[in-house]
Amino acid sequence: MWVAPPLKGGSNKIMGSDALIYSVLIYGLVNGAVIMLTSLGFSLTFGLSGVANLAHGGIYLLSGCLAWILLNTLGLPFLPAAVITMVLAGLLGAGVYWLVLQRVRGLALSEMIVTFTIGIGILEFLRWAGFVTYDFNLPVIIKGSLTIAGVIVDYQRLLVIGVGVLIAVLLWFFSHHTKIGLALRGMAQDEYTALSVGIDSDWAAALSMALGHMIVAMAAIMILPLGLISINVGYDVLTMVLAVTILGGLESTAGLTLASLILGYATAATGMYLNPQWTQVVYLAAIVLVLALRPSGLLGKFKELEERV
Amino acid sequence: MNEAGYRRERLDRGIKVRTDDIFALSSYREILYLTLPRLAAIAALLVFPLLKGVTGIYWQNVVLTACTIALLALSWDLLHSVGLVSLGQAIFFGAGAYATGFFSQHFGWPPLVTIPLATAVGAIFCTVLLYPVLRLRGIYFALITFAMPLLLTRVIEATKILGGNVGMSGLPPLSDTPLDLYLIITVMLICVFGFRRLFDTDYGLVLKAIRENDRSVMAAGFDLQWYRTQAVFIAAIPGAFAGAFLTHYYQFAGLPAFSIEYSILPLASAIVGGPGSFSGVALGAFMLVPLSEALRSFGNLRVVIYSIVVVVFIVILPEGVFNYLQRKYYQIERLVPMEEGGNGQRANIAGS
Amino acid sequence: MDSGPILRAVDLCKDFGGIRAVDRVSFELQKGETLGIIGPNGSGKSTLINLITGFVKPSGGRIFYQGRDITGIAPHKAVMLGMARSFQMPRPFYNMPAYKNLVIPLFSPRTRRLKGGRYGDRDEVAIHLLEDMGFERDSNVPYQPAGVLPHGYVKRLELARCLALEPDLVILDELFSGMSMSEVAGVLPLIERIADEGKTLIMVEHRLRELFRVVDRVIVLNFGRKIAEGAPDVVMANPEVKESYLGSEVEFSA
Repeated sequence: MWVAPPLKGGSNKIMGSDALIYSVLIYGLVNGAVIMLTSLGFSLTFGLSGVANLAHGGIYLLSGCLAWILLNTLGLPFLPAAVITMVLAGLLGAGVYWLVLQRVRGLALSEMIVTFTIGIGILEFLRWAGFVTYDFNLPVIIKGSLTIAGVIVDYQRLLVIGVGVLIAVLLWFFSHHTKIGLALRGMAQDEYTALSVGIDSDWAAALSMALGHMIVAMAAIMILPLGLISINVGYDVLTMVLAVTILGGLESTAGLTLASLILGYATAATGMYLNPQWTQVVYLAAIVLVLALRPSGLLGKFKELEERV
Repeated sequence: MNEAGYRRERLDRGIKVRTDDIFALSSYREILYLTLPRLAAIAALLVFPLLKGVTGIYWQNVVLTACTIALLALSWDLLHSVGLVSLGQAIFFGAGAYATGFFSQHFGWPPLVTIPLATAVGAIFCTVLLYPVLRLRGIYFALITFAMPLLLTRVIEATKILGGNVGMSGLPPLSDTPLDLYLIITVMLICVFGFRRLFDTDYGLVLKAIRENDRSVMAAGFDLQWYRTQAVFIAAIPGAFAGAFLTHYYQFAGLPAFSIEYSILPLASAIVGGPGSFSGVALGAFMLVPLSEALRSFGNLRVVIYSIVVVVFIVILPEGVFNYLQRKYYQIERLVPMEEGGNGQRANIAGS
Repeated sequence: MDSGPILRAVDLCKDFGGIRAVDRVSFELQKGETLGIIGPNGSGKSTLINLITGFVKPSGGRIFYQGRDITGIAPHKAVMLGMARSFQMPRPFYNMPAYKNLVIPLFSPRTRRLKGGRYGDRDEVAIHLLEDMGFERDSNVPYQPAGVLPHGYVKRLELARCLALEPDLVILDELFSGMSMSEVAGVLPLIERIADEGKTLIMVEHRLRELFRVVDRVIVLNFGRKIAEGAPDVVMANPEVKESYLGSEVEFSA
């Protein structure tokens, strides 16, 4: 994973084993929050409208590049740049829905093909446009760091944890306790019934796409400062979302949180003890293990849903 | 549809009706109507390698690439017909490529042994890898096929097995060009017509039925996962063959075998050509690969262009070029005025 | 081996996210018997069928088929044992001609394993079967895509799909729902014939009058619990059944 902590596998000779354990504990939490924040947008769109937005990685990176352009080329201050990026990402989501997805709505296979190709198109466009060098990085929001139990953690990572938890709670509240959220969830469960009680299906799906994209943009602005902007990040994001969804199930927020934490600690541990390169192997192993042992995911919610179909 | 008071009507051409189910054809015209399209395509493909002097080696290469992409697209279409969307055809290609690379580098076997062996081993490897996900809904299959090439790339990088970043080069070549080209053209034609034949059998009917309504297929006593597994295995064969073949052609097996181009180009070919008809998918590959060669100077922008092409086709012509042409060949389309006393008038009565 | 009941359910339970859809239902079914399952909407009838045929895994209890424990069996294995079910909302293979819809069960491992199941032209057998179900052979109806068939024909197709599997136990989930009086009148003799042929039959139904013409015994479910069991007229006299089933009870006595 690209949010590798500042110490690598070789450093365990310098550090005591206690410090190593503490750093795994803390960075596992950080990684978990990063993973959760990145996957939330995907999970939200899927949960609310049933659209598997495979353009996720593309949007993630596009938001990062957009923010970079706003900050560096146009010289805007951070906050307006972040807000504009999120709004643009949201509009893009709604636009993609109205222009393309609406026409293939209900054809699950076509929906996936379309979002997938849009994502690849965006990523490869960015590669072509030259966002591959090491010049591109976003500024951190708060500089500085603090030391917890002998482990140095910078404020940005703490902020990621905070924002991740905050958004997860807000989304849960939104989808379970507000009128719009309930309407959207009803939509995802039974489109015809929802239509018959006066929920506009297209409006709801476009809204869920826009919301999902805005959260992705926010995640990009929060997380990208921890590393470099590179095209591979866009592909890695989707792999990560895949691992999280397979581990935790597509629909449940609790499953997502749990899976993020597990993967966070697993990647932190491999990053510390082995080599950051191995984190992708961890994802693969997690996917294969879960599919082989417990295909319904850890919390096993979707199996029930499938049975009822 | 366009003009008020008119409706669009499609009628089968008389010659289509006469040649459709009647096996005693009565004239050369009817026989030609039935066979000319496919015979022309086959003849063109078989003659092409002989024209090396006219076309030059470059276009021979383009056709060879088109055939490999067509094989991957055929594999995609077969999966699509069973209701599985593969977003990473590169996994089949890469499995074939690495298998053949491994066999020829470690054991020094000649290509005539390694290619069939790698086709089988690659197909089995992919099937085993994808087997667990076949229990789940389609979206998981799509996500997994998308992620697998990326993950396998990272795994090979991290573990440095099979040549790691560098890959395996200096593999033995197949032969001289015309024979290579004939091999891949033959395999492609066998796949096109073989798959079409397969889907006309009762077994193929079951595969198609899984896509339409898996619950009913289950209620008819079929083990869905097992049938999907068979479909994945059948689909993996042409994909792995394409990988193994191209590996020996370029004498190199490495990480580029898992590149996104081998995933998106077959998908784009299938969408443009027309998913569901295996001939159309091959046609799509023969349209897109030359286009892609013409756009070589654009570099990565080509992938962007494929993406746009896919989205435009899905939105505007979801049936694909082949099915569109086929419809024009078989049917006449015309606007007929809505008759009095037809649906229009009944609606009026209901409204009044 | 065949002396015992063909189907026996013991304390079957199913929870859906805290809601108990089926609550400790037990019953027995002898070979050749016809059983009706009735109850108001949402009383767990369809879930019970799904539990028996393996489409839903029970949360508790056991199911025995011909003395064999089949609790939580995969649906296709249940078919292999000789159970065939229809769906409440039949979704035929819309893009295939009606007769091709039947080729799929005729090609099933279950049918192929039967005596002579491998031989013959499946298309021809399918058309025979459809003719039997009231699809006129010489009309174009059997050759139409299933998507354009009227509802009554879709239901007949669903019944044909079950019978193509040559089952020992036929489970029909609300076959009559959405059919007109005359359509029901057309299908009813077919079902009576199934019963006469000695096949065991379970019917979930809301159309009680038609149901009672066929079945020997009924089970009444309410809120997932079995509240009565017995011969139709005895059960319908039960005050608890009357109370839970008030709307249909009026129709029944009419």
